[in-house]
Amino acid sequence: MTFFPLLADIVPDAPKQSPAALMMFLLFVAATLMITWWSARKTSGASAYFAAGRRITGWQNGLAVAGDYMSAASFLGIAGMIATSGYDGFMYSVGFLVAYLTVLLVVAEPLRNLGKYTMADVLAYRLRERPVRAMASLSTLLVSIFYMIAQMVGAGVLVKELLPGVGFNTAVIGVGALMIVYVVFGGMLATTWVQIIKAILLMSGSLFLSVLVMKEFGFSFATFFEAITNIKTTKDGVESTVNFLTPGMKFKDPLDQISLGLALVLGTAGLPHILIRFYTVPDAKTARVSVIWAMIIIGLFYIMTTFFGFGAAALLDPAAVAANPNMSAPLLAKALAGDLFFAFISAVAFATILAVVAGLTISASTSFAHDFFTNVIHHGKEHRPGEEVKVARITAFVVGAASIAIAILLGPNINVAFLVGLAFAVAASANLPVILMSVFWKRFTTAGAVWGLGVGLGSSILLILIGPTGMGENAIFPLQNPGIASIPLGLLAAWIGSLVSPHEPGAEAKFSEMKVRAHTGHGAEEAEPH
Amino acid sequence: MSEKDPAPKAAPGINAEVWEKITHRPEFEALLAAKRRFIVPACVFFLVYYFALIVIVGWFPDLAKKQIGLANFAYWFAFSQFFMAWIVAWVYTRAAARFDRLAADILGEHTTPDTDKK
Repeated sequence: MTFFPLLADIVPDAPKQSPAALMMFLLFVAATLMITWWSARKTSGASAYFAAGRRITGWQNGLAVAGDYMSAASFLGIAGMIATSGYDGFMYSVGFLVAYLTVLLVVAEPLRNLGKYTMADVLAYRLRERPVRAMASLSTLLVSIFYMIAQMVGAGVLVKELLPGVGFNTAVIGVGALMIVYVVFGGMLATTWVQIIKAILLMSGSLFLSVLVMKEFGFSFATFFEAITNIKTTKDGVESTVNFLTPGMKFKDPLDQISLGLALVLGTAGLPHILIRFYTVPDAKTARVSVIWAMIIIGLFYIMTTFFGFGAAALLDPAAVAANPNMSAPLLAKALAGDLFFAFISAVAFATILAVVAGLTISASTSFAHDFFTNVIHHGKEHRPGEEVKVARITAFVVGAASIAIAILLGPNINVAFLVGLAFAVAASANLPVILMSVFWKRFTTAGAVWGLGVGLGSSILLILIGPTGMGENAIFPLQNPGIASIPLGLLAAWIGSLVSPHEPGAEAKFSEMKVRAHTGHGAEEAEPH
Repeated sequence: MSEKDPAPKAAPGINAEVWEKITHRPEFEALLAAKRRFIVPACVFFLVYYFALIVIVGWFPDLAKKQIGLANFAYWFAFSQFFMAWIVAWVYTRAAARFDRLAADILGEHTTPDTDKK
């Protein structure tokens, strides 16, 4: 670790940069900064800053949800995993879409009807504000920061690969600075449009890549499937033919898969940066429409991983893929359509990371400002007009700067994949159970919410620390993914916590009101007038 | 723990008893029953369908590897999950349009507009 990180980046004999890639990066940066400038001029007031004035339309929010959700881990990571481990990589693709049924059927509409800016609004609707908001805010900050560090380290490694000559630290600082600018100046409106543009870029890049792959096989699915079920690989000097559609190339323990599946399917509906997107639309019906749009886009994207994931396995040199699996989608682009398309796919990957980290930054800063600062510290009153937005802007800056520092301290070689798993596990074990119980269970109490959040959060972190990720061979908990144990623990804690604490007449009295509002949308936060 | 409940953000003029009464109106009970009748089975269905994939892939390798046309059973079953999700979402959208109508009827009858902006 050098004391002056930037100095380490100035390498005298760095390889020549690809001018096309650099140009496309700069084009995307320029476009998003223009949007930020435009948003900053339009944004005034809390509902504009935190929720884009609740005037985002259904299809726009659908694209933005997709852009918020599909991270570089999805695009580069899954392509790489399919290219090296075949079918097992594709299993991830499935879970990421099916998870949206939980969002659609149980969470999106009541959340939109009951809340204002954050997930904690739903809990605070009838429980005691300060304890539940403090815990929910802690959970939101931790989930967002885990996820963000994973993205930042990924971004650093990626930019280093894509733009030779730019070092890891420079890349992390660049990505971090951009996301801070989007969120601090442009708020939710700028974040939304960065996510929309990213989703469009990602979909067009993936579509083009898929078409190019199929062109190699004469647009014949028979030839394509024939090729991917007979891929020649060389292992230890012995040549063999492998069917890449055979399960089990990577995952050995089905129980671990069940555990991962639970975290995906239940965790997505508890990810704070996804949930706050539903406050940007005018009403619950539009929130529903936006989930449908998001599901169409996310589903099409993950189906296309078949083509560019398995395609990379069939068309690229296995040694090159194995050397750096995350680069298999960009390398495939280069092999099929040359440097210009490589540059485009690289810029898409870069846009992908930026849109996700911007979404995470705004969810963390909104929760700190709205839940913790205004409601926990100041008992729900703003001392000066505009104070909440100001605090959010400062928080966005601090959270961004902290993530840059942590990503640089951890360095490019740290394995960050587990941080994403941890974020989903916490969301599934802590956040979702208390959201559901506060909406559907009259007897639920403040103590139940605090217990549920605390135990869900604590057990997810603990089980990862004492599992194979934290302890390797000597793991006490046998699974990589804690969900199968931490989700029941979180649920149980919320349930027992409620039963052992005294009835809360105030909370129970408000249950009827909440039920009417959650299911009819009466009195929900309205969009700003034009 | 309950003495210090925060002042409810209740609407002026509508107290807890009025809300309670609304929840016992047959129209409102019909709305909740209709939602429950759809959402509970839909959730059970999609969870069973999704975890069946992991169970078959993990514990029934022979079935998973069975070749059907161009690909094996495991791939087709995974591929079908996308369409399952889209179909459930589409059916829900249709059902939800009915829930919206029921909710609109309840609101039209029992509340005055704009009583309670937070």
